[in-house]
This record gives sequence, structure tokens and C-alpha cells, in this order.
Amino acid sequence: MKPAFSVLFLTTLIGAGQGLLVALVTGQWYFVIGATPRQENGAFYAVGAAIALVLLGLGLFASFFHLANPQRAWRAATRWRTSWLSREVILLPVVMGLGVVYAGVHGFGIRPVLMTFSNQKSLDLTMAVGFVTAGAALLLYVVTGMIYACVRFIREWASSWTVVNFVAMGLASGFTVAAAYAAISSSPLTEFFAADALVLTLVALATRSYQLWRNWRAKSPFTLKSAIGVHHPQIRQLTQGFCGTSFNTKEFFVPGGKGKMAVLTAAFVAFGFLLPAVMIGVGWATGDAALLIAAALAQYLGLLAERWVFFAQGNHVQNLYYQARA
Amino acid sequence: MSKKQLALVIDLNVCVGCHACVTSCKEWNTSGWAGPMPDQNPYDADPSGVFFNRVQTFECGTFPNTETIHFPKSCLHCEDPPCVPVCPTGASYKREEDGIVLVDYDKCIGCKYCSWSCPYGVREFDEVQGVMKKCTLCVDRIYDQTLPPERRKPACVLACPAGARIFGDIKDPDSEAAIAIRENGGYPLMPEWGTQPANHYLPRRKTKMTLHEDELIRADNPLKIEGELPKPPDGSSLDDYSSW
Ligand code: SF4
Ligand code: SF4
Ligand code: SF4
Repeated sequence: MKPAFSVLFLTTLIGAGQGLLVALVTGQWYFVIGATPRQENGAFYAVGAAIALVLLGLGLFASFFHLANPQRAWRAATRWRTSWLSREVILLPVVMGLGVVYAGVHGFGIRPVLMTFSNQKSLDLTMAVGFVTAGAALLLYVVTGMIYACVRFIREWASSWTVVNFVAMGLASGFTVAAAYAAISSSPLTEFFAADALVLTLVALATRSYQLWRNWRAKSPFTLKSAIGVHHPQIRQLTQGFCGTSFNTKEFFVPGGKGKMAVLTAAFVAFGFLLPAVMIGVGWATGDAALLIAAALAQYLGLLAERWVFFAQGNHVQNLYYQARA
Repeated sequence: MSKKQLALVIDLNVCVGCHACVTSCKEWNTSGWAGPMPDQNPYDADPSGVFFNRVQTFECGTFPNTETIHFPKSCLHCEDPPCVPVCPTGASYKREEDGIVLVDYDKCIGCKYCSWSCPYGVREFDEVQGVMKKCTLCVDRIYDQTLPPERRKPACVLACPAGARIFGDIKDPDSEAAIAIRENGGYPLMPEWGTQPANHYLPRRKTKMTLHEDELIRADNPLKIEGELPKPPDGSSLDDYSSW
């Protein structure tokens, strides 16, 4: 499939934004359960949530470039019963709205206690809003992943690993951004975020590598025999039926070829996972903010390359009909 | 599922790959309800454009024992179309009354998601209008009361010089289309996906005829060898001077 830059930016940016929201809520929860003695002030969470909103907003902005008729984009919210794309269109603004509320209750210090537990711990409004926000953000990963995983005509995508990877890579990039942000703010949460980011990056490396390997190894089960219904062991296409190109020869094929794919695959493994893992590790040990910022940037670029490869690797069934491209 | 399902039945045994169906389709639809079907660089290098129907050519076997198959391909108006439920706007839909799958250009946002969910690669994006387009089975002429009944057929069917394209309701067992499928082993494309394509293809068939030797000898004018020709009743005629 042809990688569309609008979608590459959309999925990577909102992935990081959602991850950052989840990270902030996790950080707050660490304090509540007593893992860290010093609570961050409300401003830390409010500004963090604002950064997440910027990432989500940029992603949403990028998504409009994918639509040829963005003025009717609101219509895309109507078919949520059957379409994962429609579900994403609804859930993304919901996550953003919850992010605004989360930033708001922290920023204005609106934290009435909602519930007190027998062990003297209590649930205040900020934490409650946080849980809902994080839940919605996690759900959005699943919905985004399902948009691709449910396309059964692209075998490389039609797998639960697609969803797993969207969750893992999104969370990893979000926690890395959170670690960088915490380091800049000299927050005590830095080492928690860095530790989580390191673990998540390595987990994402493992799950994404598995899917890469799985797709490389797998043979296409589709044949021209059933595509044209002629049961002959030897069929070859003489002509696609026209000169030049068409939507079908552009949308479903990758400009570049094998070399580009190999280079970008190596690039995403290195910049998306290995390099950030080292930088996060060292940054965690030294508390060096610059290193953590570099890790977040490298990982973002790496994940852009990753998304390019993800698209390019998708080989659609319809390509059977275009084996002899003009 | 609709009671009526209009469809094309394409006879691969007859199709000669002339592309008359392709050009008539483009001509009718680009100027009608479903159009325009714009082209980019039509007279330059790397032309590109929207077509609802394309004819591809395949070859089976190894030279010299080969067989050429011309393969016309358009939207198959699946009975369980995977392209419809994925559309986030509801622009893609299947008509209850006759089973035709259509796109509402006023609702389509041009996200292209439906084209990913069609295994047959028959949806084509219109770059100019920014909406997804595809075969409509000429929905704007098959019900046109101003046309004589025998002309109320898709443009490709009327244009096909070989008569390779049959149009009809495949749910009506007495229709020409249903009979053609039933009697000639009509089959759907990639049935393993469960899309239940409405369009069917008739396979290549061996057309054989058994002739016995005596059938090769003219035996219907035995009088010419064995007896006299009957005389005309009265007078002479041209036949008296010629007997061919
Ligand atoms: S052939 Fe493709 S576009 Fe047509 S109804 Fe079937 S899935 Fe949809
Ligand atoms: S391109 Fe149009 S018809 Fe296709 S899924 Fe998107 S909105 Fe629906
Ligand atoms: S017009 Fe008829 S014979 Fe010619 S390519 Fe089309 S289906 Fe085949």
C-alpha cells in the first residue's frame, strides 16, 4: 500500500499524545499508591496534558489532509456501528475533550475527594478524570489499530499483532515524551517515566519485530486461479488493460521498491527502538534532560519510518490483477 | 438481503477483448449521473484516469499450447459487500430494491477506506471531485422509461459486439442471466472471501461437434444422380436450359 503522509503523521502524533496522557495519569497514580513521596503540583499535570493536546491536535490536523472533502468530515461520525474508522473519528475528539478536562481540573486545582477507602487513601476528582482519560486513550489505540487489522484483504495487517503494536509503540513514545518533559521540569517522576519508557520501548521492539518477521516469512495464499476463476496451474497476465496508471496501480503499490523498504526498516528499528532505549537508559541513570529529549525526537522519527514500512509492507489482494503493470 | 439482484454475467468463452464495453462505459457514465470520470494527462506521458470497467488479458499454459483469456472486470455488486460497512459516512450503500452497490457523492469524504475493503480492486478514486467512484450498473438508464425497453440495459451490454455480456436479475430463475449461470457453469470471483459477488463469469468451454462421414457428403438431392428431373408441367422455362 502507498504510505500516505497524512496518515503517518496522524497515527504517530496521536499515538504519542495518547501515551503522554496515559503516562501523566500513571505518574499521578504512582503518588496515590505511595510509590513516590512527593506529589507533583497541578501545573505539572496541566502543562503535560496541554503538550499531549498539542500532539493530538497536530495529528487531527494532519488527518484532514487525508480527506479529499474535509468539509464533510463530520459525516464520518455517523457509521460507528459498523466502521472502525468512524469509531476513531468519534473517539479522538472525546480523548481530546477529556484531556482538556484533565488539564483543567489540575490547572485550577479542582480536586474534591470523591471517595475515601478504608486504608486512608482517597480518590479525588483529578485522579478520577485521569482514569477515564487514560482509559479512553487506551481504547483509541485499539480503535486505530482495528482500522488496519480489520482489512482482511491485506494479510500483513489483518492480525491482532497490528493492534498490539499500535498500543505498544504509542505507549512507548508517549512515556518517552513524558520522561523528557519530567526531566525538563526536574520532576521526581522522571525516573519512573524513564523506567516505564525503557520497558515499553523494549516490549514494542519485541512485538513489532515479531510482526515484521511474521510478514516476511508468510507466503501469500491468494492465487490468480480464484481471482479470475480459471483453474490452470500456469496463468500469467499479458496486460493490465490500459497504458499509464490508475488509482489501482497507485494506491496499492509502493513507490520506491525493495531497497527503500530495507533502508527504512533498518532505520525504524535503530531510531525507533534501539537508539532511544540506550538514550533513555543513560538519561535515566544520569537524569540528563537533553538526552531524554533527544530520545523522544529520535523515537518519533523512527516511528514515522516504522509507519511507512507498515503501510508499504501491506500487499493487497487486488494486486493479483496488476501483475503486468504498464 | 435483497430479493432482486441485478448483475452482469460475462461469458469468457465469447469475449474477444475488444474494449468496446470499456469505451462505451466511459462515454455513457462520464456524461451522465455518475460522472464525470476525469483523466489526468490523457495525451501525455503517464496518462491516468477513472474507468468503471477494464478488460485485462491473461494467458494460460506454455507456448505453443496456450490459451488467451480476456477478462472484463468491474464492480461485482457483491451480495455481502465488504466495502459498505467500513465506510464511515454511509456514502457507500447497497440498494435494498435491486442490490446495486452505489456511492453517494454528496456524502463521500474521499477517505478511500472502502477501496481497501474491496478484494477485486474495482473502486476508482476521482481526484478532481475527491470522491470514490465505481460501476453503477448504469442505474440511470436501466430504469429510464423514455428508452425503449430493449435499450434499458447497461451501456457495456449494449455495446458488446460479441454478445459476451448478459444483464439481468440473478435471483429470478427465469431470467436470461440466471439461466446462463445455471446452464453454463457460471462462477463468482474469489468465492473464498464470502462476498457473494452478484456478477458471474461463464467459463471457457470447448465447443465440439461430432460429424460422421456420410454427413460430409451432400445427400439431399438424390434425384440429380439417380433419376430424371421432374418435367415442368407446361411450356418451357429457364429451368429447361439450366439445371444448377
Ligand atoms: S466488487 Fe468491490 S466495490 Fe463492488 S460490491 Fe464487491 S466489494 Fe464492493
Ligand atoms: S471514500 Fe467515500 S465511499 Fe469510500 S469509505 Fe470513504 S467516505 Fe465512504
Ligand atoms: S465489449 Fe464484449 S467482447 Fe469486447 S471486451 Fe467487452 S465483453 Fe469482451
